[in-house]
Amino acid sequence: MKLFLILLSAMLVNNYVFVRFLGICPFLGVSKKTSTAIGMGLAVIFVLVMSSAISWGLDKILIAFGLEFLRTIVFILVIATFVQFVEAFLKKNNPNLYEALGIYLPLITTNCIILGVAIVNSLSRYTLFEAIFNALGAGLGFTLALIIFAGIREKLELYDVPKPFQNLPISMITASILSLAFMGFQGMIK
Amino acid sequence: MKSKLGEFTKGIIKDNPTYVQVLGMCPTLATTTSAKNGFGMGLAATAVLVMSNIVISAIRKTVPEKIRIPIFITVIATFVTIVDLVMHAYTYSLWKTLGLFIPLIVVNCIIMGRAEAYASKHGVFDSLLDGLGMGVGFTLSLTILGSVRELLGNGTIFDIPVWGKAFNVFAMILPPGAYLTLGLFAALFAAIGISKGERAKKKAQQAQKVGEQK
Repeated sequence: MKLFLILLSAMLVNNYVFVRFLGICPFLGVSKKTSTAIGMGLAVIFVLVMSSAISWGLDKILIAFGLEFLRTIVFILVIATFVQFVEAFLKKNNPNLYEALGIYLPLITTNCIILGVAIVNSLSRYTLFEAIFNALGAGLGFTLALIIFAGIREKLELYDVPKPFQNLPISMITASILSLAFMGFQGMIK
Repeated sequence: MKSKLGEFTKGIIKDNPTYVQVLGMCPTLATTTSAKNGFGMGLAATAVLVMSNIVISAIRKTVPEKIRIPIFITVIATFVTIVDLVMHAYTYSLWKTLGLFIPLIVVNCIIMGRAEAYASKHGVFDSLLDGLGMGVGFTLSLTILGSVRELLGNGTIFDIPVWGKAFNVFAMILPPGAYLTLGLFAALFAAIGISKGERAKKKAQQAQKVGEQK
């Protein structure tokens, strides 16, 4: 039950994009088409869950040696290496998936949601399963936000937006209204 | 001397990291709940940016091309850790409010962007000026955003009451307010850019007419 609550909380109540402001760069960058949004979302879910599990283990090692202050450095290096590794692995073993995710994989290293979730897991002292469910929820929430947002932006292209509001400003205001909608989940879980 | 000054000032207006380059959106949105928080976040990022620019520019000739990105990340992460520990020791309440976003300075695209685009190609002093200018630009944007949100949401700026509780839109401090304020500011910058462009076009047309008349 607790695992389910963590999943729901990360996905809806404390949605990492709309409430905690993590992963905004890809959120604005690759949300012009629904199909690319799905590709990016899948890549993020995969890397998030795997890197959360790895960084959970590393965090335990760091704590055992009393080296918590190295957390930021170790996590970011591990995530960067892991993304490169996944890229090389997919390229060799699953070219179809690699083609589909292709350009999104390298972009993920600089997506702060990955490092952010790893640090949240460490600060909240989650167990391994809790950490994985938190990462899964964060990834699903990110994908959900991305797909909704991409859908709206596709429609927006057809409308005559005032010139100064084109592109970024209107996207921001759309995100604001979506964020307001997600605020409605607040208080669902105590 | 003028060009040195240009290295510094370009980050403040012409290449402003937030409104013009649209970099570092996550901390921009998350930490501007008040003027003070925005200012603090800006200063922390500036400190990291200046120090990492200096070091990266100093080691730029010895770093092999192929592994430069991991090396840059390590340098940046080191300075982020230093800033994190210093803030924990001396500005504890600010450290607590900014929380997660201090370690996340590592993945702030402004810092990696400047390291890659500028510091790895220019001298130490120029890189210092570049980092300082970008940092000041970032801090200014965050402080302005934070001030507007704090004023509308809480009636104060830097905790100084302006109109107190007379007019408060609480949502401005919440996440939707962040997106809305940034969107409106971006529109304002775009509008200024468009009107400037049109004025320049008109001037060019007039100059052309004058030229034809002659």
